[in-house]
Amino acid sequence: MSVPARAAALIVAFLIVVGLGVFIGYYYIGSATTQLPTVHYTASDGQVNVVLQEDPQNNSATRPDWVSYFVQDPVSKQWLHTTLFTVPANTKVNMTIYGYDGCTPLRNNYWSQIQGTIGGTVTVSQFDQHGKEYVTNDTTSDINSWSNCNVGHTFAIPDLGLFVPVASPNAQLSANYLCSSSPCTPQGNPYAVETFSFMSPGQTGSYRWQCLIPCGGGFLDGNGGPMQTLGYMMGFMYVVAS
Amino acid sequence: MSSADITASAGGNAPAEPRHGLRLFLMWFWLALAADLVIWFVWYPHMPPGRMSVAAAGQQFDIAVLAISGAPVVIFVLLYFTYALVVWRARPGDDSDGAPIHGHVKVQLAWIIGTSAIVLWLFGFGTYELIVPAGAGGGEGPSPIWTLAGTQSSTWSPGSNDILQVQVIGQQWVWTYRYPQFGGFESSELYLPVNTPIEFHVTSLDVIHSFWAYKLGIKADANPDADNVAYTTAKATGGFEVRCNELCGIWHGAMYNSGQVVSPSAFESWASGVRAKEQADGVLSALPPYALTYDPTVVAQLGKQIVNVDGITGAAGYYYGPGNPVTP
Repeated sequence: MSVPARAAALIVAFLIVVGLGVFIGYYYIGSATTQLPTVHYTASDGQVNVVLQEDPQNNSATRPDWVSYFVQDPVSKQWLHTTLFTVPANTKVNMTIYGYDGCTPLRNNYWSQIQGTIGGTVTVSQFDQHGKEYVTNDTTSDINSWSNCNVGHTFAIPDLGLFVPVASPNAQLSANYLCSSSPCTPQGNPYAVETFSFMSPGQTGSYRWQCLIPCGGGFLDGNGGPMQTLGYMMGFMYVVAS
Repeated sequence: MSSADITASAGGNAPAEPRHGLRLFLMWFWLALAADLVIWFVWYPHMPPGRMSVAAAGQQFDIAVLAISGAPVVIFVLLYFTYALVVWRARPGDDSDGAPIHGHVKVQLAWIIGTSAIVLWLFGFGTYELIVPAGAGGGEGPSPIWTLAGTQSSTWSPGSNDILQVQVIGQQWVWTYRYPQFGGFESSELYLPVNTPIEFHVTSLDVIHSFWAYKLGIKADANPDADNVAYTTAKATGGFEVRCNELCGIWHGAMYNSGQVVSPSAFESWASGVRAKEQADGVLSALPPYALTYDPTVVAQLGKQIVNVDGITGAAGYYYGPGNPVTP
């Protein structure tokens, strides 16, 4: 083979490798974020109300059995299968998280402790499948997942020092009456409602959030799948200029 | 060049050949001396990882000594290369061959002795630095061959010579720290007292991580079901950063937090405060008894007890041991 032919072959091979890299990067990384909708929350009177729910499954076509968070659109009130949302900077964020998934013992019970919220507490209410409220507005600084099994997942933004265990239906309800169709609704399903507040940072940017309970069923140690995928048990809180 | 030309050149009419060896030696000596002085007095104080701890200062010293050892060698190679290019280059019109090379005992001896001395020096220095206290900086194991800087004890108080034990726990993707001498409380902040020997016990809840407190000169693998021990003594107060240094999942790059070195009294005050708060909140009693590892099997057994007691067998979120992945 002549030198120009070898050089041309080398260039073509190089371009193929680069093209494959770009395609894989776009397909697996780019599309994973760009296809997820971002829910925009705007402040009113210096506060913003963010509403999430976590479910034992989701409504995706490809991974319907993965546990997942959903974010509620503040205008349409529709639940969107995403974990991306924006809040204004320097604003009091009032979080409401509906816990429909069953209880899970924390691997490290240190995460029972509420950290980084205003007042260092959360307020929890729990309802059975008939809508009966069996715990009402319990304001607490920790939720012990081992002794009571009342924690489904956690909501953590490590860069802000925010670590919050998210309440679930109790053990008996978790075992027998879990919601089976997402996004879940209060009708016919046991659930918990947890509220807390924290201040969004003054610095705009992307703040990752995640669940600290290995809840990727079917994966080694429960750490794969939804634990490592945007749109399920991890996401970004985008802080934008207020 | 003909044999007649060679004979004529050697006959005494050509200018005397300068003493290249002496020239090279003198140039090398002064350049190497200058470089080593610059390294020691100018660069060394600013070399990574700084002098925040005994381990860090030791690593900085090692890097400086190795730089001082290596600079003369590098300078010799570059100098000889440059000298050859300039002095022994072919002049215009000179198509002659170089002089034949014969064995040269002095050069051969100098080469053998010089390279042997360099290798032996590096071997001796490296070995010595590994066995001085906290020599390796991290991962020394529970029974290092050198004498510990303090006394191992189940308690710690300011002013004592007791070693402060800190357990470092990695999990995707945060660090937490337990203090067994303070009731085993756990914190997401790493506080350390200055001028106090520290014994890190590094482990992991899930996958392999690596605890890297760069400014403290400590890096130790955090493996599940393993206790990796590393020692240091912080010599200055201030902040430092902890990073994961082992690819551990999608947010490995975001697995970092900060630590503080404070006075012993401030540390005791902080530790007592956190312990009291976690006692009051009930978190301390909810933590498992302090152990050197977070064995997933032990956690799974604990989980099974809870599962049986509460009757939630098969509920979503049941813990998945490494050998028993469960599909919900």
